[in-house]
Amino acid sequence: MARDRVRTVLRGGRVLDPSQNLDATGDLIISDGKIEAFEEATGAGYGDDVEIMDCRGLVVAPGFIDVHCHLREPGREDVETIATGARAAAAGGFTAVCAMPNTQPVTDNQAAVGFVLRQGQAANAARVHPIGAISLGQEGNALAEFGEMVGAGAVAVSDDGRPVASAHLMRTALEYARTFGIPVADHCEEPTLAAGGAMNEGVVSARLGLKGIPSEAEEIMVIRDILLARRTGGHVHLCHISTKGSVELIRWGKERGIRVTAEACPHHLSLTEEAIGGYNTNAKMNPPLRTEADVEAIRDAVRDGTIDLVATDHAPHHYDEKEREFADAPNGIVGLETALAVVMTWLVKPRIIDLSTLVDRMSVSPARTFNLPGGTLRRTAVADVTIFDPAKEWTVDPARFKSKGRNSPYGGRTLTGLVMCTIVGGRIVHRTAG
Amino acid sequence: MTPPLGKDLLALEPLTPEQIRLILDTAEPFKEISERAIKKVPTLRGSTIVNLFFEASTRTRVSFEFAEKRLSADTVNVTASSSSVSKGETLVDTARNLEAMRIDMVVIRHSASGAAQFLAERIESNVINAGDGTHEHPTQGLLDLLTLRDHLGTLEGRRICICGDVLHSRVARSNIWGLKKLGAEVGVCGPRSLLPNAVSELGVEVFDRIEAAIEWAEALNVLRLQLERMQAGYIPSLREYNRVFGVTRERLERAPRDLLILHPGPMNRGVEIDSDVADGPHSVILEQVTNGVAVRMAVLYLLAGGPPGLAEAAKGGSDR
Repeated sequence: MARDRVRTVLRGGRVLDPSQNLDATGDLIISDGKIEAFEEATGAGYGDDVEIMDCRGLVVAPGFIDVHCHLREPGREDVETIATGARAAAAGGFTAVCAMPNTQPVTDNQAAVGFVLRQGQAANAARVHPIGAISLGQEGNALAEFGEMVGAGAVAVSDDGRPVASAHLMRTALEYARTFGIPVADHCEEPTLAAGGAMNEGVVSARLGLKGIPSEAEEIMVIRDILLARRTGGHVHLCHISTKGSVELIRWGKERGIRVTAEACPHHLSLTEEAIGGYNTNAKMNPPLRTEADVEAIRDAVRDGTIDLVATDHAPHHYDEKEREFADAPNGIVGLETALAVVMTWLVKPRIIDLSTLVDRMSVSPARTFNLPGGTLRRTAVADVTIFDPAKEWTVDPARFKSKGRNSPYGGRTLTGLVMCTIVGGRIVHRTAG
Repeated sequence: MTPPLGKDLLALEPLTPEQIRLILDTAEPFKEISERAIKKVPTLRGSTIVNLFFEASTRTRVSFEFAEKRLSADTVNVTASSSSVSKGETLVDTARNLEAMRIDMVVIRHSASGAAQFLAERIESNVINAGDGTHEHPTQGLLDLLTLRDHLGTLEGRRICICGDVLHSRVARSNIWGLKKLGAEVGVCGPRSLLPNAVSELGVEVFDRIEAAIEWAEALNVLRLQLERMQAGYIPSLREYNRVFGVTRERLERAPRDLLILHPGPMNRGVEIDSDVADGPHSVILEQVTNGVAVRMAVLYLLAGGPPGLAEAAKGGSDR
């Protein structure tokens, strides 16, 4: 454990920092919680007051940032707390996470935002950045007080979990958020089309006899939001993109210089609706798993940057809430502790993206998009660092998650890529045993 | 020896044509038992079967109960309103409690698609799906197949059209899989708002007009139109439904051949089917009900491990 004023040297790793086009083997030196220097010549003596960490064979990257997770506190501390969520994040290589406001009560005012921030600080693991609600109670009617929430530490606003049904409210939110320079993150779902749906609408839903959610439920709102961003000049961030059509619409918006950014989740990059198989509720989430064509389009969009970043949509549930009839089971899966390995296994290993792009989409780009500290290893930057073994294979055992949630579709699967150490502000917050 | 159907009967989609033929062939000797004065054989004596009905059902529940009793099983009926389910108990807890009472089989009817499979994966007992949500109703599919086979001889190359609310129908799905596996050509006909969007990917012919379906088909399986579909906005009115999609005598009289008429019941006379068709000379609707008992006896017998070849012998002797 690094003590105050002690330098730490991460020795001999492959230091990968797309924020400064750096990809070189060498020593990363940390002091006083900040990046002090990168030295390509390794083997240098650093004196006695130095803690050396052997990183040979490992990747040393700016810490991963998850702009979309559900930490359930306040309200459902039985399924996750900010502390357990922040520790799960650290175990997954995340040095910072953004907590969605669909808590009970909803995080829709400065006091609630302050609570999330303080609980995050007390957890002493990954940094926790609160996201405030767009509307009071996430009811889709009246705007929440963005200004006071930003003052209390909110980094964005979102009604995630519930779509912003009213186009007028969305327009106003985009306009009002410009004042404070924060993105409006939208869960794109046209509620009347998606109502009652339990999975993607298609031949699998027809076979299983489950009500489907058509791709258009997402795409209608994607284009609505893009058009409103064009009208207002606001920054719209589109959450958990799941369809090929959405990718095409986002591409259309970006080509026109509209301020639209978008995220994709590891599960939408790796699994199709076939994972539901015999009504597997650990493959149930919203937006739902789609088809192979959708997955391919989203992978391609992550590669070319149409989708800016990877976010987990980590959504823990109590195991017996998922242990029920498919249509009645809650949406969502945990993702913090498998995100790196899923992206490694399904995107890097098949050479769809390279490691540098992975680090960009999981660290540099989230920091830039949400205007957060971190996302770089430049001198004087906060020492938020993730060290991972890109070749290590491991088998997912949900019982060993730091998260209280066990609802993962990857249980029992052998994945590639393991987080070895997570450093926040120069302090080790996670270290993989062995 | 692996039982010929496996542990459970959850759906027709995963079955092989041989397994389906086996059930139908096994049902043949069981038909005769129901015609006897003493309608009982000792085949399942000592077996305990729970009929677990989370949804109201008269026909299917009674049919299963007769099938069980005619095989001499001990049966218990549990319905949602009388069970702890109404007190908020989960399906998995209900299942575990039943299992703890050392039962042999569960027949389950439930409003959620996948409920039967959910149960089957969690208990040792044999599970028979008596209808799960809008997924499948395999014994209904089987009795429809048996009835069609009785009249058409073979299903190979026969043209069968399923008419009505395919989107919400578990009967439709079981029919589609069962008919296709036995070599029939399957059509569906109904308003597009009541057909799955991806219906043609299920390998069926789609007819927009009932007249075209009648011209094409050798038999129609007319589905019940759930009256709540109108409130949910899938169709404008029952009256128009009958005028556009109703199976009427006038429409059938213009057909190039006599069509067999099936209906899984209960019927909405004057909506999806007119009374003079339902009661007419080509209606086999009551034969379906009779065959239902025989098919369910065959399924119970095969799941209990009865040797396929001995179904004929099983009917020997009344209850001793």
